[in-house]
Order: sequence, then structure tokens, then C-alpha cells
Amino acid sequence: MSFVDEFKKLSRSELQMSLYSTTKQDVERALINPEGNLSSLLALLSPAAEPYLEQMAQRSVALTRQRFGASLGMYIPLYLSNLCANECDYCGFTMSNKIKRKTLSEKELVRELSLVKKMGYDSVLLVSGEHETKVGLDYFKQMLPLVKQQFSHVALEVQPLEQTDYQSLMEDGLDAVMLYQETYNPVTYANHHTRGKKKDFSFRLESPERVAQAGVDKVGLGVLLGLDDWRLDALLMGHHLAYLEKHYWRSRYSISLPRLRPCTGGVPPKVELTDKGLVQMICAFRLFNQQLEISLSTRESPEFRDNLFALGVTNVSAGSSTQPGGYDEPNSQLDQFEISDERTPYEVAAAISARGLNPVWKDWERGWR
Amino acid sequence: MLKIGDTEFTSRLFTGTGKFANDKNMLAAIGASNSELVTLAVKRLDLKTGSDNILKPLQQRRVKLLPNTAGARNVKEAIFAAHLSREMLGTNWIKLEIHPDPKYLMPDPIETLAAARILCEQGYVVLPYVHADPVLCRRLEEVGCAAVMPLGSPIGSNQGLATEPFLKIIIEQSQVPVVIDAGIGAPSQATRAMELGADAVLVNTAIASSADPVAMGRCFAQAVDTGRAAFIAGLGNVSEQANSTSPLTGFLNV
Repeated sequence: MSFVDEFKKLSRSELQMSLYSTTKQDVERALINPEGNLSSLLALLSPAAEPYLEQMAQRSVALTRQRFGASLGMYIPLYLSNLCANECDYCGFTMSNKIKRKTLSEKELVRELSLVKKMGYDSVLLVSGEHETKVGLDYFKQMLPLVKQQFSHVALEVQPLEQTDYQSLMEDGLDAVMLYQETYNPVTYANHHTRGKKKDFSFRLESPERVAQAGVDKVGLGVLLGLDDWRLDALLMGHHLAYLEKHYWRSRYSISLPRLRPCTGGVPPKVELTDKGLVQMICAFRLFNQQLEISLSTRESPEFRDNLFALGVTNVSAGSSTQPGGYDEPNSQLDQFEISDERTPYEVAAAISARGLNPVWKDWERGWR
Repeated sequence: MLKIGDTEFTSRLFTGTGKFANDKNMLAAIGASNSELVTLAVKRLDLKTGSDNILKPLQQRRVKLLPNTAGARNVKEAIFAAHLSREMLGTNWIKLEIHPDPKYLMPDPIETLAAARILCEQGYVVLPYVHADPVLCRRLEEVGCAAVMPLGSPIGSNQGLATEPFLKIIIEQSQVPVVIDAGIGAPSQATRAMELGADAVLVNTAIASSADPVAMGRCFAQAVDTGRAAFIAGLGNVSEQANSTSPLTGFLNV
């Protein structure tokens, strides 16, 4: 039994109909009992909840402050490689893109790490394209100890691996794994993932379970907002999250809410998610799950991010580069996607402080696991 | 005067360092609370980069530091954190908290007892954070813990003393100080905890997440003092029936 079996029992059409036929009374009922309640999450993600956005935001702020205090965790992505054996039409790393490919050597990685460390970071997210043979378990096992020497918290955002692989990487200090389904619509998924192992919708869908079964401390879910109906994708991610929390209670969970950004040869968004919609999502998830960590990347504009800091997010990246070796050589044209907030980590931290919040650079211990 | 291990405390309000908007605000709130024992998470310490600017002011305030093992999920991790804190802070005091459940942060009684036994043997002054379980508190006392810290309700929840019947038993039975930790969300709840006979309370979220943490720190200081004074004075008996102060049969005793 896995979430794949649960997912097959869910009727997309029924959920979609419920989303778009939700009434004002349904939303008001949802606001009475939102926590852990998937029916309430549906109502709060519906168009009918839009007039209640201010009320949702007020409660989201209060719940976030109660659970996380004024702390906002600071993290930074570090790209290991842009090699990829998948064809995904929204990503700059897609296999058919005629771009220069690069995988960091040990020496290059150490250089990148030292530059990121100088920015003040202690939490790093290692990212790569999905290329099992050249950037697979052996490569990660070679590189992870180098990262762990300098950084307390290390997360991985790479291709799905086997449970034994995650267990093996935990021995090298792996703390978290981010694994995004991109969209929970199998048809849309098939349209956007046309070659490579990522084509396998179900394998990816059950991957977070392997992460949790391995005992990894934090599991990150996410959808690429714009590939499909964001309300339904978000709701199904909520179902996925609820399933994981119920069955793997020892892990922490986080979500990322990236909106589709321009990239080399990339597709435009099929469904536009407005700023208002993104705020609604953040608040809905906070009301649904008080302890959920919510990450905010540099895909969003500085002004918008400044306004989101207080609303319910818990982890923020800043000064990011989306290319391998990008901190040492920023203009090498290897980006996965364009970033929107180009401020330095120091500037972002100052903006966070100006909002009465506390940027936290270290919240983990290197030798913990 | 409260004595834990070899240290005496005038204030019976212990506070935390997490969740504040900034260090200045935190220090001001701790000052207003008159707290003499402050807990801080080992995982948050970063002495290597020098970015840890809260330690020095705390040490200047002459508050005792109680490093905690928050984040530890088992015996091994908790002991690692304790060793690290002794190395970094030069203290053998440790607030032992082991919670494998990140949702409700419920303390694991099995791992906590095992870790407490080891740390006490290694010479630590151990203050374990536990559920309000009277038998567990006795067992922790037996392995050498300097105090017990049962919860009032889920940590950070501000729900108050949901475990009151069990806290009463623990307070009645305990040979070591009882510090009620977690869930106290209002000064009135701190007063109630002290009225029950708790030796101290630990409050963090209620102060840190207040709109005015400094004022709230002061409120808690007063509340704890009042509750303690009421306990010493002795509360009247609670009865289901009325007891007249001028009984009708009073003339028989004249």
C-alpha cells in the first residue's frame, strides 16, 4: 500500500467540481476547523475563499508566529550539475537543449562551497539535473562529505533514488530530500515529461515514501505552479502530505510553491497563478498544517517576497544561482531558470529584519545524525 | 529560594531564547522577566563563525544557561548534543528533550529515560522534558536527574495546564524540583502552576510571540511570584457545597 494506491482512488473530476462549486458557507465552515482537514483545505483553496483572504492571512501569521516564532530559516541552492537524461519542456536543463553541460569536480565544489559559506550560509540545498549514470549515487556519496565538512544542514534535490540509497547518503550526513511531483495531473505530466525516467509518474509519486522510509529527517513536496490547475494540484499535494504524515510520523515535511519561470526553450504557463492566488495557497496550507515548513525561492520578485516573509513561509533562499559553478562564474549561461530576486543574502536578511522577523542562518548541528 | 543541583535561584520563572524577532528584544524580555535560568538550543549555536551574538549578553546578564537537546530524536543524538554543549559552553547542565514526532513534539519516554541514565552517570545535571507521567518522573529521579520538567500541554500550544491531575501527583511525589514546562500560554496559567506547588515554570512561546515580549516577561514574573506566594500562604479547600462564614449553629459554641 502506498500513496499511489490512494491517489488512484481519488476522482480528479469530483475534486475539481467540489473546488469550483464551493460556497461561502463551505468556506466559513472550513475556517472553523481547518487543521488536518482535507475538506477544509479544498474550501480554502477554492475561488469562494478569495473574499476571506485577509482573514486567512491574519490567522496564518498568528499560527506561523506561534509555531516558528519570528524565525525565518536562510538556505541557498547549490547546483552540482546541469546534465539531464529527461525531456521536460519547462526546464532549461532538458536533454534536447543545446547548452553547455557541466558537472562540478571536487575542486570546483569546494570553491563553490567556500563562496556560499562566506555569504553566511550554514544550510545548503544541493541541486542537479537527473542523470543517473554520471550524476548518481556514487557522485553524491563522493561530494556529500565535502559539503558536510562546512555545512550543518544539507538537503538534496535530485532524481528519485532507492530507499537503500537514501540510507547510504544519510551516513554521509544527508538531512533532507526535496522531491517535487511537478503536477498531480497524469495527463499533463505525460505531456511535459516526454523522455527519460522522469516519464514514470507513479515511480515519482511514491518516491517521497522511500525517503521517509529511509528515515530522512525532512521530506519536501512541491508542484510547479502553472503546468496545470494550481488549485487542484495544491489540493492533491495536500492529500499526499496528509498520507505521508499519517504513515511516516517521524519525518518533518516542507512544501515549495514555485511558479513557472522563463527559461531557455521553456513553455509559458498554461494556467496563470496570480500573486493573490499564491498568497491564498500559502495561507490555506498554513491553516491546514501548522507545523509544515514552507519554502520561498528567488523565483519571486523582491517586493512580493518582502510581503510574503511574514505571511506563513518559514524558509527563504537569497543570492541564488541556478547554474553549476554559478557562484564562482556567475555569467556562464548554464541557468536552469531565471531568478527574479537578485538581492544579496545580506540585503534579503536586512529586509527580513525590517519586517520584525529574525533571519536564522544556523538551526541544525552537523554531527546530528 | 529554589535549589537545583548546586545552584540556587531567586526567580522561579525560567525562560527560553527561541522565536524572538531579534536578540535585543529577547534580552530585554528576559531582563523584564527576572529569569535566572535561560534555555537555548544547542543546534542554534554557531560559535565558529562568530555569528552567535546572544551568548555574550546572556552571560553578562549573569543568567545561567541551560542548553537543550531540541532536535534530538533518540538517545545517541541527545548525548551528542549534550557533549557538544559541554564543549561549547563549558556547562554540564542539560535540558534533555527527545521528540521523534515533529508534529506535536511529544517527548519520547523510553529514549529519555535511557539518555538520562547515561548522562547522569557522566556527571551531567539533567533536567528532562517529559510528559506528565508520575511513574516516569519517579524513574528519572531514581537515575539521578536534578529536576523533572513535565509538560502542561503540547509545547508552544498555549493551552495551559491540560495535564493538571497528573501534575498534582508528580508534585506530591517528587523528591526533586518540578518545573512545569510547555503549554503555559498566559500569566494566569503560570500562577495556577505555582499555586499547585510547582517549584518553577518554563515559559517561552507565550512571551516571545506576544505583541510586547518585554511587558509580557514582566507579567509572567509577577504571576509566578503571586502563584508561589499563594501556595505558601495555603489555598482554601474547594468544596461542592457552600460553607457559611456565619454558620446558623454558631450559637452552640458560644
